[in-house]
Amino acid sequence: MFTPYRTIQQVSIITYEIEEPMYQIVSAQFLAENIKKIEIEAPRIAKKRKAGQFVMIRVGETGERIPLTIAGSDPEKGTITIIVQGMGKSTRELNRKEAGDTIHDIVGPLGTPSHIENFGTAVSIGGGVGTAIAYPTAVALKEAGNNVITINGARSKDLVILEKEMAAVSDEAYITTDDGSYGFHGFVTQKLQELIDSGKKIDLVLAIGPIPMMRAVAEVTRPYNIKTVVSLNPIMVDGTGMCGGCRVTVNNETKFACVDGPEFDAHQVDFKNLMDRNKLYLPEEKHSTDAFAHKCHMHKQA
Amino acid sequence: MDAQHITTKERLAIPRQEMPAQLPEVRIHNFNEVHLGYTPELARQEALRCIQCKDPVCIKGCPVNIKIDQFIKLIAEGNFLGAAKKIKEDNVLPAICGRVCPQEDQCEKMCILTKKHESVAIGNLERFAADYERETGNVELPSVKSSTAKKVAVIGSGPAGLSCANDLIQLGHAVTVFEALHELGGVLVYGIPEFRLPKEIVKAEIEGLKQLGVVFVTNAVAGRSITVDELLKEEHFDAVFIGVGAGLPWFMGILGENLLGVYSANEFLTRVNLMKSYQFPENDTPVFNCKGKNVAVFGGGNTAMDAVRTAKRLGAEHAYIVYRRSKAEMPARLEELHHAEKEGIEFMLLMNPVEFIGNDQQWLTGVKCLKMELGEPDDSGRRRPVPIKDSEFILPIDMAVISIGNGSNPLIKQTTPDIEVSKRDTIVVDMNTMATSKENVYAGGDIVTGGATVILAMGAGRTAAAAIHEKLMGVSAK
Repeated sequence: MFTPYRTIQQVSIITYEIEEPMYQIVSAQFLAENIKKIEIEAPRIAKKRKAGQFVMIRVGETGERIPLTIAGSDPEKGTITIIVQGMGKSTRELNRKEAGDTIHDIVGPLGTPSHIENFGTAVSIGGGVGTAIAYPTAVALKEAGNNVITINGARSKDLVILEKEMAAVSDEAYITTDDGSYGFHGFVTQKLQELIDSGKKIDLVLAIGPIPMMRAVAEVTRPYNIKTVVSLNPIMVDGTGMCGGCRVTVNNETKFACVDGPEFDAHQVDFKNLMDRNKLYLPEEKHSTDAFAHKCHMHKQA
Repeated sequence: MDAQHITTKERLAIPRQEMPAQLPEVRIHNFNEVHLGYTPELARQEALRCIQCKDPVCIKGCPVNIKIDQFIKLIAEGNFLGAAKKIKEDNVLPAICGRVCPQEDQCEKMCILTKKHESVAIGNLERFAADYERETGNVELPSVKSSTAKKVAVIGSGPAGLSCANDLIQLGHAVTVFEALHELGGVLVYGIPEFRLPKEIVKAEIEGLKQLGVVFVTNAVAGRSITVDELLKEEHFDAVFIGVGAGLPWFMGILGENLLGVYSANEFLTRVNLMKSYQFPENDTPVFNCKGKNVAVFGGGNTAMDAVRTAKRLGAEHAYIVYRRSKAEMPARLEELHHAEKEGIEFMLLMNPVEFIGNDQQWLTGVKCLKMELGEPDDSGRRRPVPIKDSEFILPIDMAVISIGNGSNPLIKQTTPDIEVSKRDTIVVDMNTMATSKENVYAGGDIVTGGATVILAMGAGRTAAAAIHEKLMGVSAK
């Protein structure tokens, strides 16, 4: 049985106490400024989830449903891990949660799992918090016998996350920072180009991060015909195929990222359309984020 | 006049009683229910119009064969609670069906009075009896038979699942309902707006089922969180009923459909109804800001009416229905059409959209349409719309809502390949039992029929419940 919804029947008088479904946070710690790793009790999701899949989370009762990729799970302990960067109201609210706090709703695992096989040499690229999503797939690629190269990019040294974890599953691990404060000075695409130029045979590139980064990676690999996969992050509501809000254009066809994806062939994705569609609620998002920041500020002062 | 001493002539002299409603100019500014319900006096007056036919043909028009003549007689006699009980012998969700059934195509269409007068307002009376029972706190829990020690899983908490669960729990089976969303009720909560079906009514029905012992599990997506095989083999359910609805919105496949401001009706309505974005920013989920904008809804069904009237309530300057046939072919309930007209919805009939047009920021600015005329009847019996040459024009709009129907969600099919599906991906069942090709697995509602009605889904849930009982116990449910 699913544990969260329990019905307790008392003998003699028939009264039923229905508990609200709530999901307990087991541990929570910041990996970098504004990027938090949160481990949540969700036994069934922990048991079923595969690399590349996501959950929909609703932080509180009046919250929106937001998709977050599952970074890892512990089926025995019955927990899943998500890594969240505080961007808008919902993610910031989530990032204020500590061990012992609860989350109102989690549903998953959703989306089609990553296609994993022994490709040969696979390069897994994570940009910023995208590394959290690239990581589980890198693990799965390694387990499938691939020669795994990881490129872990961040703006600067203090924003690098999962360095040790990525290194542990990599045959070659690289860090890049935009400002050169750590590792390779430059973008992940420059590092990737370097690897290609060195004559290395690359069979698969997986790139997860901000849309401009994924688009740039697609352009690097396109001339060499290297199979390249990206994980897309459109706005979603239900995450189960019911609303079509997450539709993306792939090979001139409309696809639903929540059921057909979220991973797609990078060379066929219309990144411009994705970027445009993600701007749909900018004024509303700004309003909510500002109001939330103001509330937190007042709270601190009080 | 009393029910005992009234002649047929006197009955026929009573005009059909209108149900009091919020005025259009008031209701377009709120999300409260449009209709206010009959008073007891109005209900009795309307019930007296029923001439109590010897052969009540109205019953044949009802998909679940409610004993219409009998419950109306009870209302006429002032026995409102008796009437509610009588309806519930055949319909477990009368407060809902009284509001959303297309009565003019079912019971009321058959009513003998329609030959010379207006039909008896059967739907309004059904709604009155159910509301009266609930609002006076007289809903009695039905008795539950002693436990059979059998477990049944119901997937989906919409009308099919709820009615199936209701019958099974009363027959003594342990019932667990799995719902994909965070809230229970399926299309009754995410699809049908508050102004047509108050969510409180859906909650009350579900509360009743909880009290009977039905266990509800939210956030459980069939095919992802749990598969049919896992329910049978790992969770040891003796049978599974699939009532997941038709949940994959169709788009038109025309240019510009992914511009900003183009929505499926499912998304628009889910944002507003389920996520309560009409109360943004108190609720976090935003929706397109319709205030002062031009909104066009494409389609002619109930969902299209729901969407266009929602846009109007969100402040749209012009709220259009764009439909490629004429009003006569619209599948929407007559009442919804009338309400929409009164609320100032503008009908652009015999128009076919061919392309969405956007600005350089990719925001929708208009839709290119072709004017149509009606030709010969097609397979559906409706006259086929044919484009008129050189009739192209552009309707300036800021938001588009596409409401042309739904396909089947592929998750069950992908994860349970031994359930036979049709070419349209609907689940194939034996209509007498709702049994699928997989042992001990049953299905009903829109996942079987494609987009249909609440009452048909409810009927299917009940048929399946009876068949499941028979299968598990080796005896008939009756």
